[in-house]
Amino acid sequence: MMDERLTDRCRPTRNKRFPVPLCLLALVLSACLISSCSGSHSTLDPAGPEAAKVAQLFYVMLAGGAVIWIGLVAALIYAASKKHAHSEESAGRVILWGGAVIPTVILCVLLSYGMWLMPAIRPWVPDDQQVRRIEVTGEQFWWRVRYLDEAGRVMFETGNEVRIPVGEPAHFSLKAADVIHSFWVPSLGGKMDMIPGRTNPLTLTADKEGTYRGVCAEFCGESHALMAFTVRAVAPEEHEAWLAERRDSAPQDAEGLAVFLNNGCGACHAISGTAANGRIGPDLTAFGARDMLAAGTLPHTAEDIARFIADPGEIKPGVKMPRFGMLPEDDIEKIAAFLKELR
Amino acid sequence: MKSFIPREVESLWTLFTAPTVWAIHFVGCYAAVAVYCAKAATLDLSFETVRLALGGFTIVALAVIVLSAYLAWRQWSFGVQDPPHDEPTRDGRTLFQGYATLLLSGLSFVAVVYAAIPLLFIAECQR
Repeated sequence: MMDERLTDRCRPTRNKRFPVPLCLLALVLSACLISSCSGSHSTLDPAGPEAAKVAQLFYVMLAGGAVIWIGLVAALIYAASKKHAHSEESAGRVILWGGAVIPTVILCVLLSYGMWLMPAIRPWVPDDQQVRRIEVTGEQFWWRVRYLDEAGRVMFETGNEVRIPVGEPAHFSLKAADVIHSFWVPSLGGKMDMIPGRTNPLTLTADKEGTYRGVCAEFCGESHALMAFTVRAVAPEEHEAWLAERRDSAPQDAEGLAVFLNNGCGACHAISGTAANGRIGPDLTAFGARDMLAAGTLPHTAEDIARFIADPGEIKPGVKMPRFGMLPEDDIEKIAAFLKELR
Repeated sequence: MKSFIPREVESLWTLFTAPTVWAIHFVGCYAAVAVYCAKAATLDLSFETVRLALGGFTIVALAVIVLSAYLAWRQWSFGVQDPPHDEPTRDGRTLFQGYATLLLSGLSFVAVVYAAIPLLFIAECQR
């Protein structure tokens, strides 16, 4: 209905109060704005209690801002339309109340509300409470993800993908290896900085299954915008099965593994159950099961894996992995096919 | 009875008193909580105590600002004359300084209250 009314207004009329191009632009912009409110990467489409509180905070702040804005515009219209000049005394009263007292009170209320919400936005998990503990380290320009057992020991490592069980709080220990990064999954909660030399805690809970996109929210270098990851929230029993399967994972393709090892890939990358045990780059165990390639930069196809191996810098400027375009094309394709099949 | 407050304060420092109190309060609160949270495990002190102490510090800071505002109001002749006080005379200068100090005291009062609001809601470190 709204759209019909808007398009009706956009029809060319004699007085042309609403020029057609302007209306079309407004339509396109509003469609973009509305569509960007949902999806796997939106604070306004929360999938957990922490994100729901952030969305609630946004709406309350928006309402507070709207009240101030409407009051200001109303005052402006009143001042412009008034035919007789105000007395100095009444103008002073308007400035005191409208310019000082009322904004101070509104800001005080909004600040108090934000502070009151903070404990729900940042739930704190005591050290002795049994929760899923995951350590995430931001590196230029990818995410090292380690799953810890009850005693805090590393069970296994993976990269650019996090899995959590639905309905259970997951506790993240956030670190940085090189520069400051920031861990942000908009659908699940607020962002948290990752500072070299520090461990920052963050607890997130997903209350519905799905795949959510996370990003680095602090500029960290040339490929900062190409540093994303996914969070898969699955049923608890499925999560348990995945943890067990992931611990015992080993590749089946012996020929592909041989090409991978012979070309020295194992110096930087690890694959569990093989001689590849490098720690510089992302762990590639079960790499084929990931949704995206190169920290959310490319679709996960054998062609794109081969493209990345041949020239990573072309896809992610500033990446530490050197180009391997000098390898025979056949070898690159074999490595790509091998990685794509890793489960 | 003789007042302990001097009759006249002929110094530009009165202008800066309230903002200086705000700055000390702001840095004091943030530094105290940061140091406490970094050393909480080794200190025999609860966060409640830190909050109460900073609450007391806030009341003292607000009291000093109110006193500064009263002195400014007095210097401004209790608002008998209206601004802008732009005459090139000693009276004009004194009234202008009093008025500016009063406004700065009001701003500092609000700033101290805003800086203290987290004390009401933040009950633990690392929240």
